Amino acid sequence: MKILVYIQRDDNSIGRNSIEALAGAQKFAKESNGQVSAVCFDSNLTAKLTGYNISEVITVDNSALNTYSPLHFIAAMEQVIADTDADVVVFGHSYQVRDWAPRLSARLDAPFISDCVDADGSAGLTGIRQVYQGKINTNICAEGLILMSFQSGAFRSDSIEAGSAPNRNLDVELSAVPSTIRPGEKFKESKGGVDLSRAKVVVSVGRGIGKEENIPLVEELKEVLGAELGSSRPVVDYGWLPHERQVGSSGQVVTPKMYLAIGISGAIQHQVGMKGSDNIVAINKDPNAPIFEISDYGVVGDLFEILPKLSQSIKDYKS
Amino acid sequence: MKICVLMKQVPDKNASLKINETGLGIDTSDLTFVTNESDSYALEEALLLKEKNGGEVVVCTLGAEPSLQVVKDALSKGADRGLFLRDDIFDNLDILSLSKVFAAALKDENFDLIFSGLQSDDVGNGQLGLLIAEHLNTSHASLVMQTEMVGDSAIKAKRELENGWFQWTELDFPASLTIQSGINTPRYASLRGIMMMKKKTIDTKSAGDLGISPTSQTSTTKMYIPEKTKETIYVDGSTDDIVSKLVDIFANDIKVL
Repeated sequence: MKILVYIQRDDNSIGRNSIEALAGAQKFAKESNGQVSAVCFDSNLTAKLTGYNISEVITVDNSALNTYSPLHFIAAMEQVIADTDADVVVFGHSYQVRDWAPRLSARLDAPFISDCVDADGSAGLTGIRQVYQGKINTNICAEGLILMSFQSGAFRSDSIEAGSAPNRNLDVELSAVPSTIRPGEKFKESKGGVDLSRAKVVVSVGRGIGKEENIPLVEELKEVLGAELGSSRPVVDYGWLPHERQVGSSGQVVTPKMYLAIGISGAIQHQVGMKGSDNIVAINKDPNAPIFEISDYGVVGDLFEILPKLSQSIKDYKS
Repeated sequence: MKICVLMKQVPDKNASLKINETGLGIDTSDLTFVTNESDSYALEEALLLKEKNGGEVVVCTLGAEPSLQVVKDALSKGADRGLFLRDDIFDNLDILSLSKVFAAALKDENFDLIFSGLQSDDVGNGQLGLLIAEHLNTSHASLVMQTEMVGDSAIKAKRELENGWFQWTELDFPASLTIQSGINTPRYASLRGIMMMKKKTIDTKSAGDLGISPTSQTSTTKMYIPEKTKETIYVDGSTDDIVSKLVDIFANDIKVL
């Protein structure tokens, strides 16, 4: 099996989730007696990549690829895949990859098995995906060329094997790529400056809180615990808390000593932002909520009964 | 301006799920179904654009008979026309094959804009709008947080990137945009809207009508409840029991008090 790994540039270095994907590809290559090559669109990344145990690094140096442009990336990758005759093309499941890999899949008529948590390389490559909000796993395989992406944390970047690989520069033809999509400069919104990543305790609230008027219940608990307040995406979408409080793939990543998840079901996008916490405590009325899969302590119960008493008891304990 | 909104019916997020007898799907017999969350935001964005710029909003879904409800709800909220893709052979198709079904159904409509939710809350491929963009040779943008018309044949989309970054991208018509939740406040259907809905057209199309015979290139080999990676200690009893146990855990096990 020939595996080609796309290496994304993030802020002038190799994206963390690309390195994890490369480590995963080394594992599948072992299982399948196959080989791994890596492709990057930035010659500044080449030296680092040649230091890994893979068979080849392919560097595509073309000024049209200096900043992200989906149609140029797709056209370049199409030519790289044709050149390498890969069986599987592996990506880290970044927001950027989500924007162009599906379209590449349609162009090549090759299925894209996206957002996998693992894969089995013993017979072809079978991707393992989480579906139904992480409640169910499914194994998916295909004949012929496939694209596959892995969510952040699927493999450990420190498990990557060092080695020595040759580099090959590959020219691609991009002059015919249409300019119907015109990306602008990226920017950050001015923020209130909430840095949840430094908090020792995060009390986080999800849609189980029901309505905005109930938020003070969680704020009181946060106060008595001396914690920072976090939230899941729906709470921010409903406007109950500002975006700067959001934990998850489109918010902040936190690793506190204790993460207290209140009324949070624990969709994959939320888990990405908090599963590295030392201790996860979840309170949820649904015993099947995926948050319990990753919790150290779980309470299946009514948060409206528990929260006021819990805040009071902590206050009493402290005094 | 002609806008298509792709919408899907999915199991309620709070539903507890069981694997069915085939071992390759879920048991849907006792499930409550709802409109996929980000699709509701996609519909609202289309309705807002139409109110500002005029035009037509067509809502399109694919699924079993009950999923027609998604189309009816959208028509009640103000969409003009429905397109229902229904055929037994559409069941269990993979996303690449499904995208070809949609492309076949939409290609002669010549939509200026195709909106879809970013990702479905069931299988969560997050690909449909982008696959269709390639099939129909439109421009595209994903993870869209805001839209703004540029003249009458282009649109600007504010995209959400990682780690708090954003970007505006300008797209020529026709364009396919996948919409992130939270972009607007989806409306409720009015009583008048519900009355009006009954007079609106819903076209149902089968594979035969579209002249296609789709097959999947992927196969699902297994579906299962994942094994827990962590041993969870469940705290139970009366509310008072739970509270005193939690305080003890916070103080003595996790040591945060």
